[in-house]
Amino acid sequence: MRAVVTVIGKDTVGILHKVSGICAGYNVNVIEVTQSVLQDMFAMIMLVDISAINADFSKLVEKMDFLGKELGLSIHTMHEDIFNSMHTV
Amino acid sequence: MLNAYNILETIRMIQDECLDIRTITMGISLLDCIDTDIDKACEKVYAKIVKKAGNLVKVGQQIETEYGIPIVNKRISVTPIAMLAAACPDGDPVKFAKALQRAADTCGVNFIGGYSALVHKGFSAGDMALIRSIPEALDVTQNICSSVNIGSTKSGINMDAVKLMGQIVKEAAVRTADRDCIGPAKLVVFCNAVEDNPFMAGAFHGVGEPDCEIHVGVSGPGVVRAALTKYPEATIDEIADVIKKTAFKITRMGQLVGSRASELLGVPFGIVDLSLAPTPAVGDSVAHILEEMGLEMCGTHGTTACLAMLNDAVKKGGVMASSTVGGLSGAFIPVSEDAGMIDAAVAGVLSVEKLEAMTAVCSVGLDMIVVPGDITPETISAIIADEAAIGMVNSKTTAVRLIPAVGKKEGDTLEFGGLLGSGPVMPIREKSPAKFINRGGRIPAPMQSLKN
Repeated sequence: MRAVVTVIGKDTVGILHKVSGICAGYNVNVIEVTQSVLQDMFAMIMLVDISAINADFSKLVEKMDFLGKELGLSIHTMHEDIFNSMHTV
Repeated sequence: MLNAYNILETIRMIQDECLDIRTITMGISLLDCIDTDIDKACEKVYAKIVKKAGNLVKVGQQIETEYGIPIVNKRISVTPIAMLAAACPDGDPVKFAKALQRAADTCGVNFIGGYSALVHKGFSAGDMALIRSIPEALDVTQNICSSVNIGSTKSGINMDAVKLMGQIVKEAAVRTADRDCIGPAKLVVFCNAVEDNPFMAGAFHGVGEPDCEIHVGVSGPGVVRAALTKYPEATIDEIADVIKKTAFKITRMGQLVGSRASELLGVPFGIVDLSLAPTPAVGDSVAHILEEMGLEMCGTHGTTACLAMLNDAVKKGGVMASSTVGGLSGAFIPVSEDAGMIDAAVAGVLSVEKLEAMTAVCSVGLDMIVVPGDITPETISAIIADEAAIGMVNSKTTAVRLIPAVGKKEGDTLEFGGLLGSGPVMPIREKSPAKFINRGGRIPAPMQSLKN
């Protein structure tokens, strides 16, 4: 079971470190990281494995949300199914 | 497919373009709550709804968090209450409305639809009592919605019911005149009503449906419009294709949420209703899609053609995306709930006559239209009859949700607030149809009904 963590906003030092730190705390393994600049939006996209998560998924979402507010970015944490279902025939 | 482009597109659709799940609606059969003792029946109704839907709001919030999609409303639809009222003819049907209100409060849903009667061929036990009680029921409750089906392609139009409903709509407005006439905003008069509509105010749980099921109503007029802004020079069929593809993605989201809700609630998945349903919020308007297609203002000539194309393209894209599409599925045109419609009505460009033409090609009818407070019940009935005729002859659902603005006239505004928005009072023809309406009887079913 996988989720996608998307960080959108201004690139800052230490984002990757902080986000993967939270993942590690929840026993969530980072599978892949990409960075994109799309139509002036800087986005860091992390594919993570939540099958061994040690708490409720909503807690991870909350923590990421909070980090985003702290850093002035928007961080979306979403189950991968939404992307798979919307963009595949 | 997990690539950066798709991920960012999805997030942009949700964040900037007002993509959301407009409603998850649990349909609950109350047939097993029928009892000749109305108080016992009400207790059973309350108990069953709370048992089935107690977790609905919580599950909705859980899914919102999991997928990052807002689920704006959690609602319930029930068996037309006239069927329960039939078994207890000495009881006051308003007791059922109050029981439904208690259930709505306990479950935390924002509407329960189904204070309804199906009278398209004629009245049977329970129907008359229920219909006559509608103005009171909508006055003493806040979160109950009501509907009456007065015609169908198969059975024709019940003109006795049409005459009655003109009076009922007016009475509902008068009773709630101190609250901006909110009563009739919760009442829909249908022709060819569907049994699995998840949207209010016309939702009810049809008798052919299973004991309990969960439906999803998606939406996303903002997303469709945003997609069209990228193609200012494209031909009509090219933009039809863009709309189709966008509708596909929107519907897939609904399908996902519906499946997950079904899993978490332990209830079968019903349908995805892929209607483009506007809200008064900025960027969430169907009228603006029509304007993006190339009309200077919604309501001018060309509006019907644009809407016909939009409605059809939405359906084509949505059907591919879902295992079961149902409900109304198309484009909604509720005047008070659409920022673009409100502007067009205020500017005098969008008229009731144009709206009537538009209802022939979209998925609902004359919806959330504010009319002068001195409108006669016969004129309301005639408007209902006109809409029903369009639905009956074209084998589609049409409906009327008209708000007589008591004490106000053309040029004034009614403010409902929230999703129900606000509406300018629109002009109506003054010449009387009273003689026609007072005849009563039935408009016979048209030739289209003889398909066997």
